[in-house]
Amino acid sequence: MAGPDAFGEGIWAKKKPGAQTGAAGMTKTVFPPSIPSRPTYGVLAPRPGPAHLMIADGDGAGAVLDLVGAGDAGMAAGSHLIYLPGPDGTDRTAELAALGLARFHRAPSFAAALPRLRKVLGDAHMGVQIYLAGSEGLIGQAQREVMEAGLPHDAVQTEHRGTTVRRVQCVHCKGITENVATDPFTCGHCGLALFVRDHYSRRIAAFQGVNIDAEDPGLVPPPVEKFR
Amino acid sequence: MGLTFKDETFRGDFTFFNSPAAIRRFPFPFPEDSYMYSVNMEPHVPGRPGSVFEKTFDVDEHYVAEMRERARVLAEDPLRCQSLPHMTLAGWDLLELIMQAKAREYPDWFSLHRDGDRWHWINRPLEIEQRFTFLDETTLPCGPMEYITRQTQGDFSLQDQRNDNLWMDAGMVTTQADWSLDFDIGMNFFEWHAPVPLAHEKQIFTRALKFLMNVQHGVPARRFNWTMTIDPLLDTSPENYPKWGPSRATLTPENVGRRMHLRVELQTFFRLPRSNALAFPIRCYLIRFEELATQPKWARRLHRVIRDLPDELAAYKGFLRNKPIMVDYLAQFDDGTPTSPGWWAED
Repeated sequence: MAGPDAFGEGIWAKKKPGAQTGAAGMTKTVFPPSIPSRPTYGVLAPRPGPAHLMIADGDGAGAVLDLVGAGDAGMAAGSHLIYLPGPDGTDRTAELAALGLARFHRAPSFAAALPRLRKVLGDAHMGVQIYLAGSEGLIGQAQREVMEAGLPHDAVQTEHRGTTVRRVQCVHCKGITENVATDPFTCGHCGLALFVRDHYSRRIAAFQGVNIDAEDPGLVPPPVEKFR
Repeated sequence: MGLTFKDETFRGDFTFFNSPAAIRRFPFPFPEDSYMYSVNMEPHVPGRPGSVFEKTFDVDEHYVAEMRERARVLAEDPLRCQSLPHMTLAGWDLLELIMQAKAREYPDWFSLHRDGDRWHWINRPLEIEQRFTFLDETTLPCGPMEYITRQTQGDFSLQDQRNDNLWMDAGMVTTQADWSLDFDIGMNFFEWHAPVPLAHEKQIFTRALKFLMNVQHGVPARRFNWTMTIDPLLDTSPENYPKWGPSRATLTPENVGRRMHLRVELQTFFRLPRSNALAFPIRCYLIRFEELATQPKWARRLHRVIRDLPDELAAYKGFLRNKPIMVDYLAQFDDGTPTSPGWWAED
């Protein structure tokens, strides 16, 4: 009973079945069933439009390569790709540069890409198709920018690939810790031991972290690598 | 009106308690001897005189102290009150709804004089007098939702209705049962209820959403929810969980009657006329176990409800670790005799 999907990727994912489990980074990541606030992702598929804006990190490069490969001959000429290395260091810039897209920008980080992304979203015209691929942190933060730019949610498709590390907000101090790999983990801001919920805020583009030893201070179970 | 507003605290020395009259009118939420999630909606129409259902927005002996507590929470954490930009009109709708209801139903305490869009509001218990221009934010000391909910008991969320869903796009949340407005604002109905166990599988939220989207202006609805809280702590927020969480490890058979409280939410739902938003007040009532035990029917029934509650629900409500102590304490009041149907203690 997933709630209506604010970004519509669930709908578009159904149009291109065939997502498979496989080695991380090779194909779409399949997550176990979870609660309705946990984001779900689809598989990028080319859709007709005057312009194609692609934002990807790390192994999201694979989704972009597949997308452009499936598109018609004219797709590259209308495409703008912003790409950054993944949280795990994966950097497939060379393969993407070889695609010959009309515009290709390699940014060192999401923060560095943000001014350009906001400009491009502000300049976007009706009918632009937006494709987001890679880590959950990248997809979530880019989705938030799209939402704040007021673009229609059904213009956006997402595909998760590669690392499953999470962006987590500490509900206590409100600090966000990037690339969380273990559960529990130590908040990078206030130092509390937090367990990672599947509860997710699109507005904050983060999962929720809650103090695990609040009731029994000091009783923190050993961290388990749950996201890699 | 024959009611004295108590000077009491909901933190620190926790001087809160219910007078005998407040105990008798407590909204006991269990109409039968067992509990499972249900939509359990009913029309929010005036109930028995003296009950918490008598008025649209119940004002009780805890009013002034609760408003003082709210101001303290907001001073510590302003993120407890937020309104997305498109929700200001809904805030005005809410202000109008509350001011009109309180002035009509409690004329000794509240007055509203309207001359076109020039309004004059008097709140005697809180010693507030305000002249302002309706729909002009610059004439109030803060936004309309914040203004009126600083003067009204209970948490409030304002739900925008669009795309066949309700979106929690504004709220005043300082007496919550462990959920974060700051995290959940902007979520749809399914998303902000996502962490609730069992209810999604039972299609509770699908049916509740369908009901709520059809609530009409002038025909409000209500339902109960409940949990348990150690000490009369209104602000059981996730933000402050490291501060209040340790209390859960301090319950003993000796102090359970005094420290464990049944926490009841009277949830009401109002369609707002201009914005078409849904106002969702969540009023919190607290009663300590030993107060509740003065009503034999309630004590018997609560024993049976808690004893038979699935552990998954007890865990979600945060009292699984203390359930045995609670059940043992309540068992002394349960002689096994039947309880009458319905929640009224006197029936």
